[in-house]
Amino acid sequence: MSASSAFNDEKGGSSSVGEPEYGHDPASGGIFSSDYKRHDDLKEMLDSNKDSLKLEAMKRIVAMIARGKNASDLFPAVVKNVACKNIEVKKLVYVYLVRYAEEQQDLALLSISTFQRGLKDPNQLIRASALRVLSSIRVTIIVPIMMLAIKEAASDMSPYVRKTAAHAIPKLYSLDPEQKDQLIEVIEKLLADKTTLVAGSVVMAFEEVCPERIDLIHKNYRKLCNLLIDVEEWGQVVIINMLTRYARTQFLNPNINGGGGEKTFYGSDEDEDEDEEEKEKKPYVMDPDHRLLLRNTKPLLQSRNAAVVMAVAQLYFHLAPKAEVALLILFEMISTLYTCGMFEPYLKSFYIRSTDPTQIKVLKLEVLTNLANETNISTILREFQTYIKSMDKDFVAATIQAIGRCATNIGEVRDTCLNGLVQLLSNRDELVVAESVVVIKKLLQMQPEKHSDIIKHMAKLTDNIQVPMARASILWLIGEYCEHVPKIAPDVLRKMAKSFTNEEDIVKLQIINLAAKLYLTNSKQTKLLTQYVLNLAKYDQNYDIRDRARFIRQLIVPTEKSGALSKYAKKLFLALKPAPVLESPFKDRDHFQLGSLSHLLNAKAGGYQELPDWPEAAPDPSVRNVEVKESVRAVGTVTYRDTGALWGPQKMEGSEESDSASGSESGSGSEESGSGSESEESEEGSESEEEEEEEEEKDKKKKKKELKKPVPETESLVTDLEGLSLSDSVLSPATIAPSSVLKNYELLHRITGEGLSVEYCFSRQPFSPDANMVAVQMQFTNSATSDTKNLHMEDVKLQSGMRVKEFPEIGEREPEDIQCTAMAVMGIDFCDSTQAANFQLCTHTRKFFVSIQPPVGELMRPIFLTENEFKKEQGQLMGMNEITEKLTLDAKCRNEHAIVQRVTTAANLSRVPCGSDKECRFAGRTVTSSSLVLVTVATKEEGAAQLTVNCEKMVIGTMLVKDILLALTQ
Amino acid sequence: MIHSLFLINHSGDIFLEKHWKSVISRSVCDYFFEVKEKAVDPENVPPVLQTPHHYLISIYRGKLFFLSVVQTEVPPLFVIEFLHRVADTFQDYFGECSEGVIKDNLVTVYELLEEMLDNGFPLATESNVLKEMIRPPNILRSVVNTLTGGSNVGDTLPTGQLSNVPWRRAGVKYTNNEAYFDVVEEIDAILDKSGTTVFAEIQGVVEACVRLTGMPDLTLSFMNPRLLDDMSFHPCVRFKRWESERVLSFIPPDGNFTLMTYHVSSQNLVAIPVYVKQNINFFETGSCGRLDITIGPKQNMGKTVEGLMVTIHMPKVVLSANLTATQGNYTYDLTTKVLVWDIGKLNPQKLPNLRGSLSMQAGAPKPEENPSLNIDLKIQQLAISGLKVSRLDMYGEKYKPFKGVKYLTKAGKFQVRT
Repeated sequence: MSASSAFNDEKGGSSSVGEPEYGHDPASGGIFSSDYKRHDDLKEMLDSNKDSLKLEAMKRIVAMIARGKNASDLFPAVVKNVACKNIEVKKLVYVYLVRYAEEQQDLALLSISTFQRGLKDPNQLIRASALRVLSSIRVTIIVPIMMLAIKEAASDMSPYVRKTAAHAIPKLYSLDPEQKDQLIEVIEKLLADKTTLVAGSVVMAFEEVCPERIDLIHKNYRKLCNLLIDVEEWGQVVIINMLTRYARTQFLNPNINGGGGEKTFYGSDEDEDEDEEEKEKKPYVMDPDHRLLLRNTKPLLQSRNAAVVMAVAQLYFHLAPKAEVALLILFEMISTLYTCGMFEPYLKSFYIRSTDPTQIKVLKLEVLTNLANETNISTILREFQTYIKSMDKDFVAATIQAIGRCATNIGEVRDTCLNGLVQLLSNRDELVVAESVVVIKKLLQMQPEKHSDIIKHMAKLTDNIQVPMARASILWLIGEYCEHVPKIAPDVLRKMAKSFTNEEDIVKLQIINLAAKLYLTNSKQTKLLTQYVLNLAKYDQNYDIRDRARFIRQLIVPTEKSGALSKYAKKLFLALKPAPVLESPFKDRDHFQLGSLSHLLNAKAGGYQELPDWPEAAPDPSVRNVEVKESVRAVGTVTYRDTGALWGPQKMEGSEESDSASGSESGSGSEESGSGSESEESEEGSESEEEEEEEEEKDKKKKKKELKKPVPETESLVTDLEGLSLSDSVLSPATIAPSSVLKNYELLHRITGEGLSVEYCFSRQPFSPDANMVAVQMQFTNSATSDTKNLHMEDVKLQSGMRVKEFPEIGEREPEDIQCTAMAVMGIDFCDSTQAANFQLCTHTRKFFVSIQPPVGELMRPIFLTENEFKKEQGQLMGMNEITEKLTLDAKCRNEHAIVQRVTTAANLSRVPCGSDKECRFAGRTVTSSSLVLVTVATKEEGAAQLTVNCEKMVIGTMLVKDILLALTQ
Repeated sequence: MIHSLFLINHSGDIFLEKHWKSVISRSVCDYFFEVKEKAVDPENVPPVLQTPHHYLISIYRGKLFFLSVVQTEVPPLFVIEFLHRVADTFQDYFGECSEGVIKDNLVTVYELLEEMLDNGFPLATESNVLKEMIRPPNILRSVVNTLTGGSNVGDTLPTGQLSNVPWRRAGVKYTNNEAYFDVVEEIDAILDKSGTTVFAEIQGVVEACVRLTGMPDLTLSFMNPRLLDDMSFHPCVRFKRWESERVLSFIPPDGNFTLMTYHVSSQNLVAIPVYVKQNINFFETGSCGRLDITIGPKQNMGKTVEGLMVTIHMPKVVLSANLTATQGNYTYDLTTKVLVWDIGKLNPQKLPNLRGSLSMQAGAPKPEENPSLNIDLKIQQLAISGLKVSRLDMYGEKYKPFKGVKYLTKAGKFQVRT
């Protein structure tokens, strides 16, 4: 109560101080004049026991920060609340800390231990936000702590935490650049991450920390290309920009031979064969990886995010063969029929409305001018005519210049343009006239002999036009081409001499200029006039003019004193002057990457990465090969293979890779990897993958890996079907199962299925439509010669209580598609029993009776427990619920790693952290009834071990013991 | 990337600042104010400004400037697009994006900004994800919170963040399952003096409001998908399906969202629903002018044109307008020189007409250009391009949803030159 009354007082107080009143929300109340009493009040609230008071206080403090008021003196009081239980208070304290920690480093250190604790929290959101705040506190002393936290988080099982780790990398780097080497290691590790969530952030970190380490991308290139479409839009922009640079270093210039212009573009079906022909004819063959990039980015042109579209457009601009660029860069996927004039249909999109802002108008004008050619010029000029009448004078001036540029670029319309501009000379607006005179002057310089009438017309204008620039331009023109208008020129000079004293300076200079030129060409008529003008100029107020007069007199009027120069006077004044080039104000920007800030400003912005030139010779493409099997593997059957025996060749592969990576810089491919036959290479590839896995597995104590997302090649059907199963692959942190333990079962053999074979596995993902169901992932392969259509389920026979969620009908499977596999996910609620689910699998022609029987290990889902929780729960499940069995471990399975591996393969459980290395603990819950399942394997000397299973459901427990025993002893 | 954000109101007060890296003094905005002073219209302020140490990238939305400070190279569109996303999120949360509303919800706004960016790089921008982390304010909840001490901040990671469908939260439940789609088309056109079309195209958008239980997988197909050109999709739409089969297949976000936007390009003939006969004259002498405008129906496929409105930006010299309208009424704003004629429904039997005289500043020369007419209109139950939704199918869930499609045609930038 006291708080609220104080608050009211403050409100009154602040408005009397003259603070503007902001809203009626207490959070934004006018309480912010730096009066200590008020802050005392806030301190009191922060010290209280009530969360609601603390929250109120924090809200007011955050409102102060938001409005840019200083709240730093509250630091000690706020920091105390960093461990507050209320999540909203906690968050607001974080906001405060990040804002002021830099100023109060010593006090900020008090909060560090809280974050360190937070980093170990079972809730991933808390882990992530602890890392976020810890890395945002810009205090140098804690750099080692941050480094450690980032490293740990980079191997966290939650992709969200890993993403946060990626975000933390640039923060730490900006705080202490000396950590670079260590950070690069983390980046390398995160780059290998296969989740879309992490990809964007880690590439961002890569760009900020080590953009020069392009070699880190090699292995991940294909993966990034394939993941791209599923990455969130901001990540897409960053990845595309990075890949543009990468491609510029790794691939050959597609436009270098073959003239570019006529190439068709891939991706559209009707061109496929032409494309083949093209390839035969031309020596240049596009690297398949280059093509992969172009192909995978193309659909992103339809993103709702303009930044993504722009990124793709610039990628095409910088990387694609010319024809593709032109077609795709601004307007996506037009019919290929147009090779030139392809923009014409779109010309009108750039027509200008009177309500557009000026800068848009000018830009549109620029586009129109650039698009102008012989065929469309008449329409464009008609359009320009409308613009000239606009009320926006800057825009009119820009239009006139645009007309001038059209006239210079397109010879045919030069006369039309000139005539149009001459008409403008009678415009009432001086600015318009002046601008046209200037443009006409430039145009006339190109072919003066034809246009003496225009010059005459302009000479007449000198009576009317008052804008100095325009007058000066006219005078210059007459002087320059006085031979074309021999009669008029002296007359103009006569008039000008009369008004000389009233003219502006630039006009006076041009009068002197005109006089000098006339004197040189036609001295008989103009001698006196010139002298008169020079005399007038001699006594002018402006010294420039006096100087000019003196200089010209010496130069042109022959006297005995005049030096050698006067002989050359004629050459000096009447030299042929080159016609000016009318050019766009937007020129000279090509050297910056399109769409970048630097490109827009036409100046290099900090941190801009130069786009490298194409390499002369293609660097070794095999450096990217690692990834090939990735896609194959992900779709195919994944079974864990014992990799112990493969150490030798792996080492070799590893060193070879680094060889070729370094070789690529010098431009010579490493022979070893290049000469390897297709099969060998993929073999090696998969081995190295295995090795990677092995290593990772060693790294991670928890030995958890997220299920690999299938990364199919470009086959559209596969992708479609991948889409179908999207809804079921919702990853949830606690249930991330190691992909290596998925075991495939056969549902329908190829022979019984007449070409259609079906395999299923328990994907160990939560089945999102119904949490009580076990997700069964089915893979259909059609190896028959005929289509299989309308694949669906019918006639489901179940034990009582069991339920089935059918998979959606699958459409056409075409046999000629080699990779014609499809995935579907169904959910079955087994009611915690191992009874089989029987049903019919129907195609449009046949029906097959099939059944799915789950191993007991699949009837549970892993849960996350701490050691203490585990012990507590175990204590409650004693007696009848506990089953203990002694066993002798299989010879190959005596280390901790192998045990964990085998147990998690047999049952869908998660590892519980444990202090002793003699014990491995696992926890899970049954899917339907959520009864706890706890497994302990305690090892003793010489392979002796004891297996304990605690489970409420004794049947499940007994069966599980059998399964695990089998797994550990064989 | 994005270093700081300042929100600036129309009169140039900074009322919110947020820094994602170390603090940048708000004096950096002075450069911006300088430019803003020079530009007559707020729209004319260049979106990117260069200052000695920073780059300022700004957008203008709802009479507010969102000004972000950037120090290093970054695609400017990236920042602009993000700022718009911020504004959209405010709109989504508070119903509007205005100074008052932001000030009233300062703490929520601040929390949102904190979640949306981390170290200047976007972290969570999906409204579904954000709403699970920071619940939008509503009266009921704030009452409950004060009573129970609950909070507006979620304490678990939103499921969307980790899934392949970040735009949809898991475990959605509705008693009435419904999916509505609005096909809204805007005609952008320029007609010249004689009424012939200089340029016309249609900008379409499919807005959806989907309230369905579980994880439905929808397929929306059109009668004539070939019409569409230049589409851009919500991330939920599967590109490949569109490319191969021309159907929109997607797992929808929960609630309101924009499914796709498209053009119907100028290559196709665009029907112009109304014609305008106009005659605006300014006389050399007498400092006055005449205005006579008649609007009639043209190609409107038998539907009525509603919400008809004509806006004219008069030249500066026009002081007042003395007009009579046969239908609707007109206003002339003396300060902005904007004439608005609000007509309402177009009656084909009795065409609306506005005529009368304009008086001009004495002695001023007659304006060179006649002002162009901006026309606003609406046609219900018609997509002017002829686009039609043929069917909506749902997979993945068993219940029968209630489905509906609505069409609407509007005038976009519809301008008649005079």
